[in-house]
Amino acid sequence: MSMQAASTQIASRAAAIVDEMKALEGPLLPILHEIQEEFGHVPAETLPIIAKVLNISNAEVHGVVTFYHDYRNHPAGRHVLKVCRAEACQSMGGDAIAAQISQALGIGFHETAKDNSVTLEPVYCLGLCACAPAAMLDGEVIGRLDADKIEEIVREVRS
Amino acid sequence: MTVTIYIPRDSGALALGAEKVAKAVAQEIETRGLDAKIVRNGSRGLYWLEPMVEVATEAGRVAYGPISAKDVASLFDAGLASGGEHKLSLGDPEKIPFLAKQTRLTFARCGITDPLSLEDYRNHGGLKGLENAIAMTPADVVKQVTDSGLRGRGGAGFPTGIKWKTVLDTTADRKYIVCNADEGDSATFADRMIMEGDPFVLIEGMTIAGIATGATKGFVYIRSEYPHAVATMQKAVEVARKAGVLGVNVMGSPNAFDMEIRVGAGAYVCGEETSLLNSLEGKRGIVRAKPPLPAIQGLFGKPTVINNVISLASVPIVMDRGAQHYKDFGMGRSRGTIPIQIAGNAKHGGLFEAAFGLTLGEIVDEIGGGTVTGRPVKAVQVGGPLGAYFPRSLFDTPFDYEAFAAKDGLIGHAGITVFDDSADMLKQARFAMEFCAIESCGKCTPCRIGSTRGVETIDKIAHNIEPEKNLALVTDLCNTMKFGSLCALGGFTPYPVMSAINHFPEDFRPTPVAQAAE
Repeated sequence: MSMQAASTQIASRAAAIVDEMKALEGPLLPILHEIQEEFGHVPAETLPIIAKVLNISNAEVHGVVTFYHDYRNHPAGRHVLKVCRAEACQSMGGDAIAAQISQALGIGFHETAKDNSVTLEPVYCLGLCACAPAAMLDGEVIGRLDADKIEEIVREVRS
Repeated sequence: MTVTIYIPRDSGALALGAEKVAKAVAQEIETRGLDAKIVRNGSRGLYWLEPMVEVATEAGRVAYGPISAKDVASLFDAGLASGGEHKLSLGDPEKIPFLAKQTRLTFARCGITDPLSLEDYRNHGGLKGLENAIAMTPADVVKQVTDSGLRGRGGAGFPTGIKWKTVLDTTADRKYIVCNADEGDSATFADRMIMEGDPFVLIEGMTIAGIATGATKGFVYIRSEYPHAVATMQKAVEVARKAGVLGVNVMGSPNAFDMEIRVGAGAYVCGEETSLLNSLEGKRGIVRAKPPLPAIQGLFGKPTVINNVISLASVPIVMDRGAQHYKDFGMGRSRGTIPIQIAGNAKHGGLFEAAFGLTLGEIVDEIGGGTVTGRPVKAVQVGGPLGAYFPRSLFDTPFDYEAFAAKDGLIGHAGITVFDDSADMLKQARFAMEFCAIESCGKCTPCRIGSTRGVETIDKIAHNIEPEKNLALVTDLCNTMKFGSLCALGGFTPYPVMSAINHFPEDFRPTPVAQAAE
């Protein structure tokens, strides 16, 4: 598919999502969630489409997208690993665990592996504070991280 | 008779392998041809025993835990279906001291019922509060909530009934109930547990709030870090709608109330009520100046009740048993119960609902059982990332809003993170500033700039650059943040920072050895 065709397809799909959800009260966040769910990120070309239908400025949509940590402007790796960096996990050696994970994956936080296998992100609390240190791999929660569990995670993202 | 086996679907249990356990149990039931069914309940909150599997026997519930998938076959060999003895037997779960010592009002059903069965909910006392509320005048419902002494469990401790009264007394064509389920504080998981384990209690509480104030629409704003809570709440709302608990005629009454589940997008500051409202409206999660109060001009400019999950989930019991019943628990101006969350380096980490008034020491040493590492407790942070670090010398502080404020701390959402003696309090103080810098909404200068300067200045102290002068500077900066910030993020970040400096001064003195190692 040519770049042009791909772009047209994104535009038409995004327009359909916006159209479907515009009647919600305060529709912008639900729309952005749906667009990210659909494309894995919020493509720049969808912003003017959203702005036009909701009758707000491009700048306003851009401002909202960039305010929230969840929205990406480019796709993540095939897997997304979120490691909790907050206090309860710190108290259980979370900093050392985070460093081990980063080393095992060969990437730092906010980075994606060169083979696109995994994106590593910090998260500030998963509500698993009584089974710290905790992480979330593609939406699956993991508690009491240790060397064995890290090895399992690395194996899974590389497979 | 079909045997019922309970395996939690609570995130904490899932994080410890409950899904694999459930699969293994289902497999055993099938291969052994047993007449048994699995119910995926919430958690009772005893996380060191999760995944905790329970079986309903004629003599009552029998618990086993912590169970891993490889234990399952031997559990069935030991006669799990009839409560047989096994090395992981825990007996009657309600007799486990951690549970037996609790006063479960808000969490009465959590971990016991099937979270998505409205029938279960009713059989365990659910919907009685709503029925009572429907039969009363709105003003009487508000009065009952006010009389119960219930205060905002999100952290601010503002009387819930007074907030509701303001909304009731404000005339508008449309009003809203907003549930703040953006539980972003580290060490807190009570909101998550109740949404996953007993979602109908929140729906009931919000519906009562709607009837009491004249609001017809509710929103639950849940953080995106809680996908399981989002899924459970969404399903529960559908069930409630189908059963007529939500809709144009709530439980057959002339009252209309419906609700939507909304998902946040990873901004801690959206736990602040006014930035949450902006986020719901589809804006940047920027804090609003108050006044106007949300109760007068809230969501979309309309009168809005905005309450924390636990505040709303405590309303049904107040409306069921009466204001006095609830008020009889607690001490001073802190009435009723509070779900204390014991987290971090605690031997017995979990949720402990109790009347206000236990001392911090009782909670940490006796209930929490000290540290899991077995080392001495050095500090506990109470109230999440914006809460103070308490040393052992303050462990006689009773768990009460005013008592904590008097010790320059706060209860917050009642999360307690336990640290052993390996904790470096300078590092914790630096993290508090760093976290504030990452999460600041950017509207006010003390928070936006102060937090970054705070990190830099604490780094200077760590590197022994004019430590005395820089400590004075941090103190001054904290004062500016405390009194000059628009909301609690910038305003409360000084609590962890200053408590670390004041209670653990030795960690802020130059350490030439550590420095050389860096």
